[in-house]
Amino acid sequence: MPSSAPPVAISTVELTKRYGEFTALDRLDLSVPRGRIFGLLGPNGAGKSTTIKILTTLLDASSGSATVAGFDVAADPVEVRRRIGYVPQLLSADGALTATENLVLSARLHGLHGRIRVARVSEALAFAGLEAVANKLVRTFSGGMVRRLEVAQATLHRPEVLFLDEPTLGLDPVARKTVWERLRQLRETEGMTILITTHDMEEADVLCDELAILHQGRLAVLGAPEALKAEIGPDATLADVFVRFSGAVLDHGGSYREVRESRDTVRRLG
Amino acid sequence: MSPFLEFFREAAAVADAEVRKLRRDPTELLSRAVQPVLWLAVFGQVFSQVRGIPTGDLRYLDFMAPGILAQSILFSAIFYGIAIIWERDLGIVHKLLVTPAHRSALVFGKAIAAGLRGLVQAAVVYLVAILLQVHIRWEPLPVLTVAAGVFVGSCIFSTFSLFIACIVKTRERFMGIGQVLTMPLFFASSALYPVQLMPGWLQALAAVNPLTYLVGALRGSMIVGGTSVHALGTSFGIMLLVFALLLALASKLYPGLAR
Repeated sequence: MPSSAPPVAISTVELTKRYGEFTALDRLDLSVPRGRIFGLLGPNGAGKSTTIKILTTLLDASSGSATVAGFDVAADPVEVRRRIGYVPQLLSADGALTATENLVLSARLHGLHGRIRVARVSEALAFAGLEAVANKLVRTFSGGMVRRLEVAQATLHRPEVLFLDEPTLGLDPVARKTVWERLRQLRETEGMTILITTHDMEEADVLCDELAILHQGRLAVLGAPEALKAEIGPDATLADVFVRFSGAVLDHGGSYREVRESRDTVRRLG
Repeated sequence: MSPFLEFFREAAAVADAEVRKLRRDPTELLSRAVQPVLWLAVFGQVFSQVRGIPTGDLRYLDFMAPGILAQSILFSAIFYGIAIIWERDLGIVHKLLVTPAHRSALVFGKAIAAGLRGLVQAAVVYLVAILLQVHIRWEPLPVLTVAAGVFVGSCIFSTFSLFIACIVKTRERFMGIGQVLTMPLFFASSALYPVQLMPGWLQALAAVNPLTYLVGALRGSMIVGGTSVHALGTSFGIMLLVFALLLALASKLYPGLAR
């Protein structure tokens, strides 16, 4: 019932994560209204993954608090999990299962059974455009097909908030645009709130309504892409904004680890 | 819906997916059958001739067949942890953990799949045993007892393996630890020789080794004239207790894989 649901989908108050001496996330305050596509940017180690892991209940915060879809992630993790979907960075659909089997597993773990499950799984296959290959093993799919499947899989249970970690990393330009379309579609039709992390400035610019740039675990700047660019100068690009606020030189090649991971992914899909 | 029903539905979902994967990869099942064949056909045949191990009225080959069945269960279940680490590296574990499913149901589902796989493995060992003319008991109750023992034993060692995987978290370390753990478990059990032959310290180890109880249950049921050191109820009681304990520990550590 969207009318009675809280207008804020995600909020964090002084959210902090320490690993011994190292502070991965330093008193982060965020508030994401419902129905937004929100982008978390920042160089590696800025705290993006830590934030997404705390918000999806995979990791406990050291201090501070966070609520997602109206529930506290520490106090009511199961209630949060009922209301979120998550697409990890790596292509993580199970390659040894078919598209349908991947979807059915997720549906069952979300407590969808019987006729509802059958209906949702076929809707999901249609949404992902994978009806023709529904019973093929996922390891035979292209990266773009796997990503579409994963977005469908993560939204089977109609979550209020969807989290995606680098949703288009390693995808070709066409597949990338298709994923963006799917995400926009979910926001329009379901009113879903979507939080993504990304290194891709184009993705941040054209997909996100609002951006937060993290730097060394802190919020460096927050705003709509247009507003952030305007702040820097008349012809500024989002890359300029990124360099200004993250103190990092934009590395188009990505880090060694990312390149290796995307190569691994490509190899796995072989 | 009652949490109890939810738990079993979630575990069944995980087990179902695992079994589908196993069915598609029968080569792995078959390659795991090679080892028991060698143990029975080579080691067993030779030691039957030597008569170096006193097994009473029982032929040595008959004596060791249940031991080798238990060993094959241990050796294939113990590598379940590798699969879990693989799933962690791919992000599959993360995906399972953001669902509202009970953590213990996710772990239990894997154990059920390992149990079913163990039954297939047992069928292969039976086949080898038949070819080697091991005197097998075919009455329904003993066969069912063996099946139950194989199932619970697979659950124990696969969950133990998952527990270790949750601690070491990398494949390289797991491979090392897997070897270090399986051989002592195997030798400190009654799989190859009666417990009475062991020195005192080894007997003490054997008494706390779940494999000993699995071998006992199997030896008392699988072969003609076979006897177990422990009563069947004791063996199964201890095995179920160990499984419950491991399930609780592994469920506690499993979410740590996503950190």
